[in-house]
Amino acid sequence: MYINPDKCVACGNCTYVCPMGAIYVDPLIKRAKVNLDECVECYACYNGLSQEHLNPTLVRATRRIFQALRLRFDPEPDVCPTAAFEPEELTWPRVVRRAFSDPRVPHESTGVEGRGTEEVKTNDVTGRVKAGEVGFTIEFGRPGVGVWMREIQDMCWTLAKAGVDFETRNPITSLMKDRATGTLREDILKEKLMSAIIEIKVPISRTEEIVRLVWEVEKRIDTVVALGVGARCDADGVDREIAPILEKLGYDLVRAKTNIGLGKNTNAVLPVEQPAQPQLVSR
Amino acid sequence: MTNTLHRFGDAESFRDDIVVICVPSRGRNDENIVPKLRKFLEMAMKYKPVNLGDARHGGVHRPSKHLNPLSHWKRDFKPDFDAVIAGFDTATTAAAVFDNIEAAEAFVTDVRKADLGVSVNISTSIEGALKCCQAAGLPRHSAGYSLGFEGKTEHLPSADVLTLSTMCGHGMVSTSLAKKMIDWVREGRRTPEQACTYMSRFCSCGIFNPARARRILEDSRGKNQ
Repeated sequence: MYINPDKCVACGNCTYVCPMGAIYVDPLIKRAKVNLDECVECYACYNGLSQEHLNPTLVRATRRIFQALRLRFDPEPDVCPTAAFEPEELTWPRVVRRAFSDPRVPHESTGVEGRGTEEVKTNDVTGRVKAGEVGFTIEFGRPGVGVWMREIQDMCWTLAKAGVDFETRNPITSLMKDRATGTLREDILKEKLMSAIIEIKVPISRTEEIVRLVWEVEKRIDTVVALGVGARCDADGVDREIAPILEKLGYDLVRAKTNIGLGKNTNAVLPVEQPAQPQLVSR
Repeated sequence: MTNTLHRFGDAESFRDDIVVICVPSRGRNDENIVPKLRKFLEMAMKYKPVNLGDARHGGVHRPSKHLNPLSHWKRDFKPDFDAVIAGFDTATTAAAVFDNIEAAEAFVTDVRKADLGVSVNISTSIEGALKCCQAAGLPRHSAGYSLGFEGKTEHLPSADVLTLSTMCGHGMVSTSLAKKMIDWVREGRRTPEQACTYMSRFCSCGIFNPARARRILEDSRGKNQ
């Protein structure tokens, strides 16, 4: 993202709306600038701020007069008065930042917006997590902290070493150059994202082991992790197996996304079921 | 998209926050899906949602690319539900956000009867979702539990800020903006209604809950910083 210095009036509104805190007003040039290392190309500034198209010279003069008189104009906080934001054409690998950070951009690998996964939200039609299995969504960087790809790499390696099966229709999986080892492409490791999800499933008997592996990696990386755990309920709509394990591990289960089973396969041609990935052994 | 899963708060704080989402599955039921998703949104209107969501185009509060300068004094804070329904044109997630469990229960019951053939999920407290299922006579098919935030949680802001900002799980409502809105309401510079509308405009798929945000902002007025 680029802020046109000829248009910017340094009102500062954008510094608050940037989820990564990557926008600042440079005191030397008195214009807002983007710290490109920290910017994740989420476009919250460009998409979220309303835009006026005022004359920058007029706005700067008005602001100087108000400042001199110690008067405070109390403008709307979600407005860029001069429409100074100009998206840049992103090239590889920087475009990866936007793919994972701007929720309006569908991932090429899955066609799904946001973080690119359907998880158990469509489990009633995909059968992604079956009875006897547990699905994990291990999300990094959320909320508002961000994550570097190299930190995600650490978790991928750890899980691969444990022999887990990475979800095929997942954007992180699609960026692995070697699924057996969980190794991501090297050219993306220096990219920062708003958040990203590793998605796996294992037999229920491995639930505690996976949670403990995640806890271990969390100690080594400098970001936050949000764990989601997907369970297939029984015919009575009850999960009798996974919730007790999670509670035993100390989690207080308060919130969930509940699939109520109304989905159907209605397309004329349905995707061919992919065979399950072999359980991988250590690298 | 785990956009609604990891909202911050205890079970009690979700009493006015029930999100019902309709999710097409790529390659399985996404053919001719748009009319069904639009119908889902239209059905929700009967139960007075506080937001409607189109994951591609946004919710009932949207930013303007050509704002009139006079709007600083006469800004329109009214939600536009019709715009969400009329503009829904893509096979993407549709969402209806309710601020009371009775409305959500009745809506889910209607959705069941409508037999749209699309996956429907309820994102709220586990207890709240169970109530909706019972009202509609449906057993839960699957559950996706949120285990909350862990790791380097020292990077996270205060509970009030987190509660507001996580209502856009994509992170479009920045913690700095949420903090600023809490401060502005405390200082009397904006009303809670105005402040929650500013934040809602940043949520690009319309699942931000302005009613819950307003309650949090009102509650924060009497607190020490």
